[in-house]
Amino acid sequence: MAEKKYAITRRKFLMDTARTASAVGIAALGLGGYARVATGVPAPALRPPGALDEERFNAACIRCGLCVRDCPYPTLSLAELGDGVTVGTPFFTAREAPCEMCDDIPCVAACPTGALDHALTDINDSRMGLALISDHEACIAYQGLRCEVCFNVCPVRGKAITLELQHNKRSGMHALFIPVVHSESCTGCGKCERACILTEAAIKVLPFDLVKGKMQETYRLGWKEKDKRGEALVTPDIQHRFNLPAGERYDYYGKGLIEKAENDKGDDAVNKADSPFSANPLDTLNKKGGL
Amino acid sequence: MANARLSIATPGAEAIQLKGWLGAHKWLILRRISQFAILLLFLLGPWFDLWLVKGNLASSLTLDVLPLTDPYVLLQTLVAGMLPISTAFLGAAIVLGFYLIVGGRSYCSWVCPVNLVTDLASWARRKLNIKGSGVAIDKNTRYWMLGATLIVAMLSGSLAWELINPVSMMHRGIIFGMGFAWAVILAVFIFDLFVSKHGWCGRLCPVGAFYSLPGKLSVVRVTADKRAQCDDCMDCFVVCPEPQVIRPALKGEAKGIGPVIMAEHCTNCGRCIDVCAEDVFHYATRFANRAPRNAPKPTPPVVG
Repeated sequence: MAEKKYAITRRKFLMDTARTASAVGIAALGLGGYARVATGVPAPALRPPGALDEERFNAACIRCGLCVRDCPYPTLSLAELGDGVTVGTPFFTAREAPCEMCDDIPCVAACPTGALDHALTDINDSRMGLALISDHEACIAYQGLRCEVCFNVCPVRGKAITLELQHNKRSGMHALFIPVVHSESCTGCGKCERACILTEAAIKVLPFDLVKGKMQETYRLGWKEKDKRGEALVTPDIQHRFNLPAGERYDYYGKGLIEKAENDKGDDAVNKADSPFSANPLDTLNKKGGL
Repeated sequence: MANARLSIATPGAEAIQLKGWLGAHKWLILRRISQFAILLLFLLGPWFDLWLVKGNLASSLTLDVLPLTDPYVLLQTLVAGMLPISTAFLGAAIVLGFYLIVGGRSYCSWVCPVNLVTDLASWARRKLNIKGSGVAIDKNTRYWMLGATLIVAMLSGSLAWELINPVSMMHRGIIFGMGFAWAVILAVFIFDLFVSKHGWCGRLCPVGAFYSLPGKLSVVRVTADKRAQCDDCMDCFVVCPEPQVIRPALKGEAKGIGPVIMAEHCTNCGRCIDVCAEDVFHYATRFANRAPRNAPKPTPPVVG
């Protein structure tokens, strides 16, 4: 009797265990699948400074919100269910409240797990994202208007965004002051996007990997290789020369041939001179309307 | 007992008569004060700019010196393949040490905000006179859940469980903003009310399962030291969120089992102390668990 009871109990035990294990297993599969879709950040959401790469961040961040609490600005918040960001993890949106790049980086100091890497001690080394002039049609600098707001608010001013002068083809006589982002200095703080004067920002800060391109390893840019080595790699670097009719040479702006200046002593002299014009201003005046 | 049927709808009626309402709700009131006070401590900052405690139950910093970290969340991080910095380990060690003293699942009944939801479901279940236990789920399912959350964390390399964990979601939601997390909390309430009695906290919750582990060794416990006075009114069984833990201590004298509730799933909520008109239960330590003299050979208590 006792033996029989034992046998039934064992069978029941095994069945019950199998049933529980299966039910939990199915739930776990569901959770695993859900984790795939529910883990991540939409492009406009940026991680705090020092955040590990997204995959490791999702393992290391315990969603405690201490970084949010120690952020002195209304920048960081914890994602709520439905925000699209991994629930409970910290993020900020540049257009709403950018990172103010505190010198002491209190958010990183507050992180109890190192999901925000404590090795980050200089806020200028942080890479929260990368700014991108996403709309050349809307950016008024491309229309030839002076703006430069993104350039001026940039905390890494003059390095992360520079202004490159280009010829204004429309007017033919003005310059375009084109903002250009440099990834080696841009921290992705988002102040440029915040400050962009347009209704919709034409400069946007997006996750670094989403923006940054990469050349094939095989590319060798001659001028960079030369800089690295200090001299030309293949043949000795010689001054390029044209074979022009005697007394004539190219002007400095490539507009065509110009005649030999009166005091020109030939090609050798030209090469020595810095300018096609005579060092003596009287020579130019005496030409009466030349050049 | 004559009033056994009555006691299921209104457990503790006799205790209220004898000890007064306050006396019959002492530990319940203290527990609610504890639960709300902990929430309030976290809310003093965002509400009144008084930053005594920052963070949430996953990890917090009190008075800028005391770090506390949930050891279960830390464990998930570890199996997900990350080695956190020492602050997290220090915080988790303090928390673990604390619960080794006050009772592992004291977390569940004195701290966890979901307890408010499931206690409400339990109360509503009694008031609505919902009989039976609904869908029968094995009590050890929670350990399977605990294992599953860790395996999923390991395989996905992320804190997958924290995407849906109602415990952390509710606490974080109250302090940092809820979003749609209210739906998860509502689901727990409905589950406990209509689907399975004590289904979440008593059957499934892996957080509770985790805290049951230190609960095997923890010091502070409930003892049925006056079990000789028990008149079998069953009130304690009705209010207990883990009724199976009571029987060995209360009824095990003949089998040589000591009076202290040694089961790891006891949440130290003290509700049995409140509702007992005969004053059978008290808080004590595990060291008070001396087997009765002249008892037959002691057998290990049946727990689970």
